[in-house]
Amino acid sequence: MTEVSENEPGPGEPRISQQPPMSVATDSPPVPTATEASAPGPRPGVPAGAAVTLDNVTVEYGKNRALADVSAVFPVGAVGLLGPNGAGKSTMIKALLGFIAPAKGRMQVLGLDVTTKPQEIRSRVGYMPESDGHIPGMNAVSFVAYCGELSGLPAVDSMQRAHEVLYYVGLGEARYREIGTYSTGMKQRIKLAQALVHDPDLLFLDEPTNGMDPKGRDEMLELIRDLAHNKGVSLILSSHLLPDVEYTCDHLIVLDKGRIATSGRIGELKGPAGSIFELRIKGDPDAFVAVLQANGLECHATDEDVMRVFVPGGKSARDVFALAAQHGVQVRHLRPSVPTLEDVFAKAVGQE
Amino acid sequence: MPIHDQSYRRYGGARQPAQRAWLVIAKSGINQFLRKRPMIGILFGSQIALMVRLVSFYLAESITQAQSLLGPSAKVFRDFLEQQNFFVFLLAVYVGSGLIAQDRKANALQIYLSKPLTRLDYIAGKMTILATFLLFATWLPAMLLLIGQILLSGSFEFARTNIILFPAITVFSFVEVFIVCCAVLALSSLTTSTRYVAVMFAGVMFFSDAIFGTLRMVTGSTAVSWVSFTGSLAQVGDAIFRQPLRYTTPVAVSFIVLAALVAVSLSVLERRVRGVEVVA
Repeated sequence: MTEVSENEPGPGEPRISQQPPMSVATDSPPVPTATEASAPGPRPGVPAGAAVTLDNVTVEYGKNRALADVSAVFPVGAVGLLGPNGAGKSTMIKALLGFIAPAKGRMQVLGLDVTTKPQEIRSRVGYMPESDGHIPGMNAVSFVAYCGELSGLPAVDSMQRAHEVLYYVGLGEARYREIGTYSTGMKQRIKLAQALVHDPDLLFLDEPTNGMDPKGRDEMLELIRDLAHNKGVSLILSSHLLPDVEYTCDHLIVLDKGRIATSGRIGELKGPAGSIFELRIKGDPDAFVAVLQANGLECHATDEDVMRVFVPGGKSARDVFALAAQHGVQVRHLRPSVPTLEDVFAKAVGQE
Repeated sequence: MPIHDQSYRRYGGARQPAQRAWLVIAKSGINQFLRKRPMIGILFGSQIALMVRLVSFYLAESITQAQSLLGPSAKVFRDFLEQQNFFVFLLAVYVGSGLIAQDRKANALQIYLSKPLTRLDYIAGKMTILATFLLFATWLPAMLLLIGQILLSGSFEFARTNIILFPAITVFSFVEVFIVCCAVLALSSLTTSTRYVAVMFAGVMFFSDAIFGTLRMVTGSTAVSWVSFTGSLAQVGDAIFRQPLRYTTPVAVSFIVLAALVAVSLSVLERRVRGVEVVA
């Protein structure tokens, strides 16, 4: 009996070189070169302005409103969908895929109406679900090729692209292994591979770094960033992890309790009129937070007793000192800080 | 080399029409099962009765005295299909029980339904997998038996006088296979455990038979055969083959029971096969 390595192809599968192939062999239209294919920028057929639009969309689970009169425009490019757990991020993605019918409102993906053209939309988008999912009894390359075939690719092209995208996501060496034996990080990568195999114009990524170790997480974020910024794939990244969104996305939509809390370009959202300070005090922090807020200074506590204070335009650090002196609070530390996405998020969700 | 420097390229090739997705599911599922040895064993076993019947036809043609005992008749073909019910049960349990249950267990439904296919495509694909194997155990051997009879006798005499057999075999096989497929897939969509589906399907078959047996003893009448799945199927089968009915239940009642079973099964599938499970 001969032993077969886990990297060896299974019966009926073509043997592929360990190096990623350099061209796609098809008998139909000429295939673009790798350079052409990787060129960034909007793809043909993708509307120049918006990848996704929602117009007064309400989604209900029984009596619970998961999305309440949401109107939003997701521009082409990388858009972060940020919000705490239960904010309605996954519900929005599932509604856009046609899994859930909204109680009211209209949705468009890539210029196509979700109600009337769901299949056409799904042939042009890739979906990486939050929870683990695979087709039982298949190894990685069979699974990804199968997904390609389901998306309309011919069998030969599907298999070839399956090998390519598995290399791209870093599973090239493990592509003949049963998916059931994969680690959590590998399962995340295979979900990305199945979403990419048919070359979608738009990717929905639902919590793509869940359960990954720091190194794997960095690699996943690098892939997402590369897809959005170098490969011309628009994407919507749903996450509650601020650094993930900050690193990969250009635009941001913050959801809270089924409503849009804020939206815009990340750079603009991070640069409000005014300044931000890190503040540490000796005294009752809760009472002083209340004092600051009563005087028009947004404030929220972070780790290790440090508060972040938003001082609006027209006011300065002197006002903080003055308030501290007035209320008998000793300022131990006051330092100007760079605005982060966390500030945007805290401000947006706090306002709600 | 960083991972992202490795290839990701646009796809410039042709795309198939989305309506073929059910065929992709069916093809992949059939191939997966054909790689399993127990499956080959069951498929081989399902053809044994065909061999035995062909031998008996040969003997009937060769030995005149055996003609009345082993010779072909419409009833022989009806009985043959009834014998194959054992393999129908075996295949329904072995193939059908995991078709949706395993997808639910592995969260595969959200993967399937995020592709350009409808829920109907998904169900049609899964049903085709099971139906293909069931027809291999029912329609195919019955038709081969009929063709074998013509070849062994060297005449079309029997086929001409029993011309009803061609449509009867086809209609009964397809009706039986469709009902079994609907029932098994519906049960498979209710749970994530393959074993539980098998137990539930066996329960539907044997428990309804047991109730019929009990009622028959109590009432002394076979008019209540409609409570049994196999009883109703047998009654409809007799009617299709134009054989004397074995129970006093009107055929229409048996047919309505089977139609109701199909309707309930399709309703269950409509509710359970979704990209997202909503618990309100």
